[in-house]
Amino acid sequence: MLRVEGITQIFGGLTALENVSFSVAPRSITGIIGPNGAGKTTLFNIVTGLYTQTHGKVYLGEKNISFFEPEVLARLGLVRTFQNVELFGQMSVLENVMVGLHTKSKSGIFSCALKLPGQIKEEKMVREKARNWLEFTGLTDLADVAACNLPFGKGRLLEISRAMAVEPQIILMDEPAAGLNSRETAVLAELIRKIQDLGMTIVLVEHDMELVMDVCESIIVLNLGKKLAHGTPREIQENPAVIAAYLGED
Amino acid sequence: MIKEKRQILIFALFALIILLVPLFLKGSYFLNVLVFIGINTLLAVALNLLLGYAGQISLGHAAFFGLGAYVSGILTTRFPVDPWLALLIAAMCAAALAFVIGFPILKLKGHYLAMATLGFGIIMYIFFNETVDWTGGPSGLSGIPNLRLGPLIFDNDRNNYYLIWMITLGVMLLSINLSQSRIGRALRAINDSEVAARVMGVNAHILKVQIFTVSAFISAIAGSLYAYTMTFISPTSFGFNFSVELLTMVIIGGLGSIYGSFLGAAILTMLPEFLRVFRDFDIVIYGLMLILITMFMPTGLIGGLETLFKIIIGKIKGSTARNA
Amino acid sequence: MDNPSQLVQYILTGLSNGAIYALIGFGFAIIHNATGILNFAQGEFVMLGGMFTIFILSFLNLPLVPAIVLAIVLSTLVGILFERLAIRPLKNVKPLSLVIITIGASIFIRGAAMLIWGKDTHALPAFSGNNPLYVYGATIMPQHLWIFGITLLIIIANKLFFSYSILGKAMRACAYNAHAASLVGIDVKIMVLLSFVVSAAIGSMAGIIIAPLTMTSYDVGIMLGIKGFCAVIIGGMSSGLGTVLGGLLLGLLESLGAGYISASYKDAIAFIILLLILFIRPEGLFKQKETQRV
Repeated sequence: MLRVEGITQIFGGLTALENVSFSVAPRSITGIIGPNGAGKTTLFNIVTGLYTQTHGKVYLGEKNISFFEPEVLARLGLVRTFQNVELFGQMSVLENVMVGLHTKSKSGIFSCALKLPGQIKEEKMVREKARNWLEFTGLTDLADVAACNLPFGKGRLLEISRAMAVEPQIILMDEPAAGLNSRETAVLAELIRKIQDLGMTIVLVEHDMELVMDVCESIIVLNLGKKLAHGTPREIQENPAVIAAYLGED
Repeated sequence: MIKEKRQILIFALFALIILLVPLFLKGSYFLNVLVFIGINTLLAVALNLLLGYAGQISLGHAAFFGLGAYVSGILTTRFPVDPWLALLIAAMCAAALAFVIGFPILKLKGHYLAMATLGFGIIMYIFFNETVDWTGGPSGLSGIPNLRLGPLIFDNDRNNYYLIWMITLGVMLLSINLSQSRIGRALRAINDSEVAARVMGVNAHILKVQIFTVSAFISAIAGSLYAYTMTFISPTSFGFNFSVELLTMVIIGGLGSIYGSFLGAAILTMLPEFLRVFRDFDIVIYGLMLILITMFMPTGLIGGLETLFKIIIGKIKGSTARNA
Repeated sequence: MDNPSQLVQYILTGLSNGAIYALIGFGFAIIHNATGILNFAQGEFVMLGGMFTIFILSFLNLPLVPAIVLAIVLSTLVGILFERLAIRPLKNVKPLSLVIITIGASIFIRGAAMLIWGKDTHALPAFSGNNPLYVYGATIMPQHLWIFGITLLIIIANKLFFSYSILGKAMRACAYNAHAASLVGIDVKIMVLLSFVVSAAIGSMAGIIIAPLTMTSYDVGIMLGIKGFCAVIIGGMSSGLGTVLGGLLLGLLESLGAGYISASYKDAIAFIILLLILFIRPEGLFKQKETQRV
């Protein structure tokens, strides 16, 4: 589904990622873990087109997407969420999700300004689909609230709803559980499984080990910009190199 | 859906008031001021599409306004071009220029965009001044004809009022429609978080160029209307100070609010007409307004009024609830 | 005048204007690096320097040197007021708001200057007379030498300040990472204020040394401001050699363009260069491209 080959990223002399390769199976849930500064978010930023890697390639299916812009990747079915929750704060919850349906509609500036019949129909479709996604994540009651007024946990859910609206093949989540309490994390785990049931592939960067071990089928460990291990949760838990990296070498 | 109906109602009411106003005005002086409020509203709405919707600043919008005025002025005075056709050509010229410079210029952000558009505005201003053979240079271009429509000649304030306000109302309606649509949402998304918008598949750069082009198109229409109304134009109307004035109209009215643009345009057009002091202090006051509104009332006067309105409604509801 | 001497003349004029642009550019870089703000009002400090000096000379009848010192102090005070009243109170504002506030401040200062001093153009007397020197047939005014000398002094002082003094190092630390700087006990607020002080002082100095050559009025700030901005963009937003070269390059191109192409398009040349640089290499001519961390 997603394949990363020999990614190296150098920031002004500092090597953030060094020759990282892995692949993600279709319809799987893969976790990327590692101590702070391991290069997890950098990797996400490269895959989603926000950074330009120094070396290496990224494939989506058979397609080489190495230097694609994020807006193109969304059309190809690759979306992400952000560690710090990047919502459209001034817009309502429903409108946020409707932006997620941007690629599913095509009215141009003129048909929008003139409210041509096709645009009205499309708008209705977009609104309906957006409501469905809110129902999917359980945010229906908050549809008309401005996104900046949402509590943090609901904001995370909204970000996921919005990404789902793109109807992606693969969704990358950057620390989806950060800042959530245990009840919210449990809801999140449930939601991640529900997304998988829809046939989507999920990759998540996460610090919450309980969540990772619970939902992920496959785990990649990064340390100091290098891939340390790749395996099932059990294999990772028993891997001496991983244990050393997490607990310190001495 | 209810929200949509209410919006149509508000617009209809607004349009009705605008169209009825001349019936209650005897003197032509106030009507003349209202004509300029119409032109300035058109310009403020155009800038608001870019600044309020997409969050992209332009300090060079007076240049598109001037380009519209000059292309129409030159085509109708030096060539036998019909004024309506000239208006269309002028708008197309401005749109084409905006489209071409929009690609590189809208890659820039924040202060850099402000500086680049400012530079563009000044370059255009220099051209208006220096291409004397075409524009008449600093002494201006005169003898521009009035628009006509069949037997109707737009050479008096009443006719101009209806002409300009019909166009301005039309553009206001289209802009309101736009904000509630796929494109409007995408623009507002860019304004809030460009990265997130792009990740959702919004091609931010193309969309910014598009709205910049549309904005220039409308500004140039306003320029042509200005030229036909005044029958005389000179570069001083299209300089940096006017770009700042437009910016101030949009900011004090309220970013992203179409009625706010009307309010801003109305205030900044009327103040110098009715307050003599304002004429000497204008740029000091613009500067102060930009700072104070941005610091203390970021949603502008319209936003402020809305908040006030909500508080009053809340109070009334609260008291009726208590009485019940 | 024969052609070679004309060329020398253009080059001289270009270099002295360029030196001024570089100084103005420094002001941009210092505030930008400390706060992330591009101070639109930078050109107004330049205007204030010249106007204050003229005002003090003609109304208070002070000798030149105290007048200059006082003018710099007054301009710096304006810088401090600006920072305290319009920049410091802001918390979590959108970048667009910052842009609009600095634009507002620049217009406000310009408008206030117009109200106080009127719309006339004023001339500041040259520092040491108007007897020109001749070099290869070109005339150098003594003021040109003052410009070169003072610019050089400021460049050296600036370099020494940021490289060796505790305050300069602290300011650099803030520019690099304000949070980390605050953790090691640097008062970031003071550093931001200081950046406005240094910028205003350098800017007003630039305005004072150029005023005898080009005259000055309430509205010179925009043009000089954008040209200084152009210099610092060429230099990659640093207060170092790149910006000096950027300023000199701009000054030269502008002066040669005005001389050989068209004097009336002199300002257009500068702005076209600005746009080209912004379009092609917004990170500056002398800086290596780097992936920016977001």
